[in-house]
Amino acid sequence: MEFDALLLSRIQFAFVIAFHIMFPAFTIGLAAFLAVCEGLWLYTGREVFKQLYLHWVKIFALAFAMGVVSGVVMSYQIGTNWSVFAERTGSVLGPLFGYEVLTAFFLEATFLGVMLFGWSRVGRGLHFFATCAVAVGTSISAFWILSANSWMQTPAGFGIDPQTGNFFATDWWAVVFSPSFPSRYVHMMLAAFITTAAIVMAAGAWQVVRGRPSTANGWQLRMAVGTLAVLMPLQIWAGHWSGKVAHEHQPAKIAVLEAWCETKDVQGTVLFAWPADNECGFEEITVPGTSPFLFPKGKELQGMDAFPRSERPPLWITFWNFRIMVGAGLVLLALGFWGVYLWFRNRIDKPGLFHWLAIPSGGLGLVAVLSGWITAEVGRQPYTVYGLLRTAESVAPVSASQVAFSLLVFMVVYAIIFTAGVVYMIRIATRGFDDAPTGSPQEEHRAPGSPLGAVDDPAVVPSLAAAGSAELKDESSAQPKEKR
Amino acid sequence: MDLPLIWSVLIALAVMMYVLLDGMDLGVGMLTFLAANEGERNLMTATIEPVWDGNETWLVLGGGGLFAAFPLAYAVLMPAFYLPVLLMLAALIFRGVAFEFRHKAVRPITKAFWNGAFYGGSLIAAISQGLILGAFIGGVDVAERSFSGGAFDWLTPFSLLVGVSVPIGYVLLGCCWLILKTADALYAKARRWGLYALIALSICFMAVSLATLSVDPRVTDRWGLSMQYIELSKALPLAPIPLAGLGLVLWLARDLRGDPLTIPDWRPYLLATGIFLSGYLGLAVSLFPWLVPFHFTIWETAAQDNALTFLLVGAAIMLPVILIYTVYVYRLFWGKVQAGDGYHG
Repeated sequence: MEFDALLLSRIQFAFVIAFHIMFPAFTIGLAAFLAVCEGLWLYTGREVFKQLYLHWVKIFALAFAMGVVSGVVMSYQIGTNWSVFAERTGSVLGPLFGYEVLTAFFLEATFLGVMLFGWSRVGRGLHFFATCAVAVGTSISAFWILSANSWMQTPAGFGIDPQTGNFFATDWWAVVFSPSFPSRYVHMMLAAFITTAAIVMAAGAWQVVRGRPSTANGWQLRMAVGTLAVLMPLQIWAGHWSGKVAHEHQPAKIAVLEAWCETKDVQGTVLFAWPADNECGFEEITVPGTSPFLFPKGKELQGMDAFPRSERPPLWITFWNFRIMVGAGLVLLALGFWGVYLWFRNRIDKPGLFHWLAIPSGGLGLVAVLSGWITAEVGRQPYTVYGLLRTAESVAPVSASQVAFSLLVFMVVYAIIFTAGVVYMIRIATRGFDDAPTGSPQEEHRAPGSPLGAVDDPAVVPSLAAAGSAELKDESSAQPKEKR
Repeated sequence: MDLPLIWSVLIALAVMMYVLLDGMDLGVGMLTFLAANEGERNLMTATIEPVWDGNETWLVLGGGGLFAAFPLAYAVLMPAFYLPVLLMLAALIFRGVAFEFRHKAVRPITKAFWNGAFYGGSLIAAISQGLILGAFIGGVDVAERSFSGGAFDWLTPFSLLVGVSVPIGYVLLGCCWLILKTADALYAKARRWGLYALIALSICFMAVSLATLSVDPRVTDRWGLSMQYIELSKALPLAPIPLAGLGLVLWLARDLRGDPLTIPDWRPYLLATGIFLSGYLGLAVSLFPWLVPFHFTIWETAAQDNALTFLLVGAAIMLPVILIYTVYVYRLFWGKVQAGDGYHG
């Protein structure tokens, strides 16, 4: 393997987009959660929902900022490293990205300001509107990105200019709603909600384990496990739907993902397999004869032997990431059901094995998102536009040393901001609901809901936690949310 | 309907919006270097915190719009400016997260790090934008349909000159914004800093203008100038652009030096905007219709007509909506920031 500009560009793109997707995946779900909390607060008037909102909005502000800055990178990356791809597909994909900016980015970015800093300047209804605008904006953004990516997976509604070789659209509806789009959009949106639910569940479990149960914590834990228990079964269905569409349009992807070697009418499900040089001839544990339950019956199912080596994606990356995704999903499904069971047995607020398992599982949603995307994108290889434009032909005329340098820069920069961001987020999340005003006049002026509404001095926080946090909590919830 | 022309105007407007709005954010960012203490620094960032995110989105619209409307230009220019674009992105990353992180940092050393990331990121982002602009005006090497130059082609005396000018211009915008948004000591400082920035910017403006004339004979000819003679029929209709710029510079200088009580606080920012517009218009006149100077025009790089139409429908509906809610949010946060607002009032 030679580290040329192509390989380095692929590594760089994989790295920056993997880094980026974690934050949108989290903030799409968190924005919806915040909108629900604020809506419930307005509807029921119960302070506990306001408490939840003010707590999570601080984490949201951090995650959103990281999503924004890593997202700006993406809009330039396609040109700097994949300029041939950009020129060929610009007349098809360009407008989709354009629509994303016009319908989503401005909406989220502008109303985020109102959401974070507007408490004292707008009424409750308008503030709720701003939260909803941000939540809707994140979902619209996902719509266009999934649309563009799905077109790359299953191109439709296009022609090719014979002179330049450039793609152009013949049917915009078919471009936007390409065959794999509906299933993949549903799959991604559910993944975002599940990712957030897993993180909220872990934060809630942490408070229980630390012996700091509170009304707000009880609510967030119940909402999280409830969400998981309802959405995970749906997600398995959506994943299966997505797989069926991929089987129809990208049989080579399914062949490597299932590690089917030979083309047969009935295939088994390979649970695990050990590598033998990215080719067939590996050790495996297989449940035989499962394909009639998963795939259309009576049709031949193509194995890897149906595709020349140059026409199919790498075996093990696709195969294992798919299994990691499924495994992570199954753990979250189990935790969701378990949590709901404990909820109905009234044991969810008491520490137990469930809580100890839920804490490290908080990141499993992100694990599933990342491994799922790797499966989808590596499974599209060796093409950028499936079957039409090869990855090797898409790369920009930049030198390997330039790309090596930029990759290094991104790694260092992202390592710094990731570490800092995660530390700050975990600090707020584990602090729980003890972040009431400490009494100094300046802090009382802090608007609730501003990222700085949190007390940022850890020297104060533990002592707070120790010294009657319940008392302070009451004080904070009793504080009227006056308009200035 | 000349769709490429419409789109070139729209993208030019998006970039202009970016320069005026996020330029001011970056200017304030650079000025935090001069803040006397943490309180003053918080006051400065509080003036832009509610709006910076929306402001930066205009840059995404510029990049995304270029990809959508002029894919060939996007495909040629981005690899040509690989390193300065990288520098700009890295700087914007630090600047963007520092908005939040500098408040979250606890230990003095991490706080100092994120404060440094904030003004350092603002400064480097502004310099790299200047380098990109300078390299863009200077033109890039093209073979067939892709960039054919070297990794450091963007580094020229001219691009360095523009690379110095852009941060100075942003600082001026930042000062004028602080004049609008702050009071008392900081307000007085902003007026003083603004005057220095204005003087420096005037010198840079003249230098860049003259240097631009020598970039390519076609530019010189556009302004009706040459070594031998001045062609008045071309020079006269264009003369109002630099003259207006000069007039605005003098007016702003008078406002910054004059009695603060007689000058509305919004006027310096408006005048600075006018100065930027005159420079921007001058640039547009110099380069039109080149989008990859001096190889491809806007028509040669444009996307298919149906792509331009499809996105234009969206832009025609969404841009007015975006402008309406942007104005709404600016009005919502109108007025001087208070000391208590330093902590996100």
